[in-house]
Amino acid sequence: MKHLPAYFTFWHIFGHYALKWTAFTVLAFLMLPILIIVPLSFNAEPYFSFTEGMIALDPEAYSTRWYAAIFSDQKWLLSIRNSFLIGTMAATLSTILGTIAAVGLSSPVMPFKRLITALLLSPMIVPLIIVAAGMFFFYSRFNLVGSFTGLVIAHAALGMPFVIITVTATLSGFDRSLYNAGISMGASPLKVFWDVVIPLIRPGVISGGLFAFVTSFDEVVVVLFLAGPEQRTIPRQMFSGLREQINPTILAVATLLILISVSLLVALEILRRRSERLRGTAF
Amino acid sequence: MPSDTSEVFLKFNNVKKSYDQKSLVVKDFSLDVEKGEFITLLGPSGSGKSTVLMMLAGFEGVTGGDISIAGQSVTRTAPYKRNIGMVFQNYALFPHMTIAENLAYPLQVRKMPKADVKERVNEYLNLIEMGDFGGRYPGQLSGGQRQRVALARALIFEPTLILMDEPLGALDKKLREQMQYEITRLHQKLGFTVIYVTHDQTEALSMSSRIAVFNDGVVQQCAAPAELYERPANAFVADFIGENNFIPGKVVKIAQDQATVAVSGGATITAVASEGLREGGDCVISVRPEKLFIQPTSHAYDNEVKAEHVTHYYVGDFIRYYFKFANGTEINIKVLNDLAAPDFKEGDEGTLVWLTKDCIAFPT
Repeated sequence: MKHLPAYFTFWHIFGHYALKWTAFTVLAFLMLPILIIVPLSFNAEPYFSFTEGMIALDPEAYSTRWYAAIFSDQKWLLSIRNSFLIGTMAATLSTILGTIAAVGLSSPVMPFKRLITALLLSPMIVPLIIVAAGMFFFYSRFNLVGSFTGLVIAHAALGMPFVIITVTATLSGFDRSLYNAGISMGASPLKVFWDVVIPLIRPGVISGGLFAFVTSFDEVVVVLFLAGPEQRTIPRQMFSGLREQINPTILAVATLLILISVSLLVALEILRRRSERLRGTAF
Repeated sequence: MPSDTSEVFLKFNNVKKSYDQKSLVVKDFSLDVEKGEFITLLGPSGSGKSTVLMMLAGFEGVTGGDISIAGQSVTRTAPYKRNIGMVFQNYALFPHMTIAENLAYPLQVRKMPKADVKERVNEYLNLIEMGDFGGRYPGQLSGGQRQRVALARALIFEPTLILMDEPLGALDKKLREQMQYEITRLHQKLGFTVIYVTHDQTEALSMSSRIAVFNDGVVQQCAAPAELYERPANAFVADFIGENNFIPGKVVKIAQDQATVAVSGGATITAVASEGLREGGDCVISVRPEKLFIQPTSHAYDNEVKAEHVTHYYVGDFIRYYFKFANGTEINIKVLNDLAAPDFKEGDEGTLVWLTKDCIAFPT
């Protein structure tokens, strides 16, 4: 640890430690409710609190029974399958559409750039409950409510803003003369896009896709409006689990979700560093 | 110079460009280029020279007029079908491909068989003396090496026309001179036609067969380097190419292309009369610093003007003297740094002499 400067008075030192203490308190306030779930999910008893055995670190008081419960319950298995399926499909759809939109929006000849950007980003800004209600009435006209397709489309719309933002950010560092160079060598615009543009903006595309996946993965409001019993996702199942069958299964699921989120974050960070390295040496 | 007997390869015919449909960035640009010529478009930034290059490459549309290559108009041809090689200022090498992959790209686009591609890539790597660098990435090369690769990549598909957009702008002075030599060498060896854009006049003078000097969207003069330097068509060219002194005066008499000019302060100077000069009109006389001599000198002279010494700078291979005429006009003179370099103090009076054929009077 760094030594405090010699000119520090009592109040300097007090302020220094007070700031540190406050910062850690805020961090604890943010993290504890999440972290507390992890040990609780290994509770041997069907309670949401620490038993005496758990506090004494008695191995008997811990078990993985709630994890086993997830994988033996058809409802949970269905919702896990749905979440991954809807998440992947929605993320793929929003990655493709979002990338195309970002490329178009970054073209110097694109008219009404600001207006279109604002419209495309609106699902991120408009309160979710309003988006969900609007989707419900709109989708019911096309028989998309209670359907798998409807949910994928809805989640793709919610995830697309993230893709547009990340891809636009990577494109802003893209040197347009690379595109012109490809054209001058005789490659068609589409070929240059595949061979040159896509490989160079890939980190942005992938991180946008991951964001879109996570958005769909933990989304519950739109699911409440649009999903039928067959389209239950993990958050939806947890939501009803909280009200109907109170047992630590949902804590086990939550722990798994935390694990997935952390791995996705790590993946994002690795991607970001890789793209920085690629650019750092390239230009 | 193009003549009636030679074949015109590239032709700009009254080419115009406007971005806003109001003001023209390029105004009626016309130029005939022969096969194998090295043409430089030279001018200050914003003079329209790069726009001409972009229109030729197809990255910018043509507002009016026509561009044709080998008799075929290209204004309606997509840029990727024009078969023109291009070298960019920032190299524009694909950072995610190795040097060999970069060089192979235009050949792959043309669906050349793999074995032939490999052979051609090796040939060009050797041509730029970078035979061992095929497996490296652009990020691992120095600026000069990257520019050589960029040059090879523009040449490898054997286009008959190569465009270079300030290709040496990002390099330091020494590397720039090396690359100038490299480009000239390849040009002479392979015989392609070059359209070269730069704002660096020494680069233009040393490499080009002809130079088109741009200002404000108009070509001021298009001529061989020596002619441009010795016989500038107007005051802009005289000022832009090399260094020049400008002495304002009034034309007294014009006879046989020679103007007699009265300079305020009493001196009379004879100069070559440029086009458009009228008797009785105002003019400026341009005379280059290295054509002026300080008395006593063994050089022949026609003009002789007294001037006050202001200061001088030691540059190395030459010494730069600053003088002031009686009317306040400042004059700078380059004198070779040899034993004859005179010693002056501030306020000393000297006599400057030069030949009539070394100075030109332009109308103002």
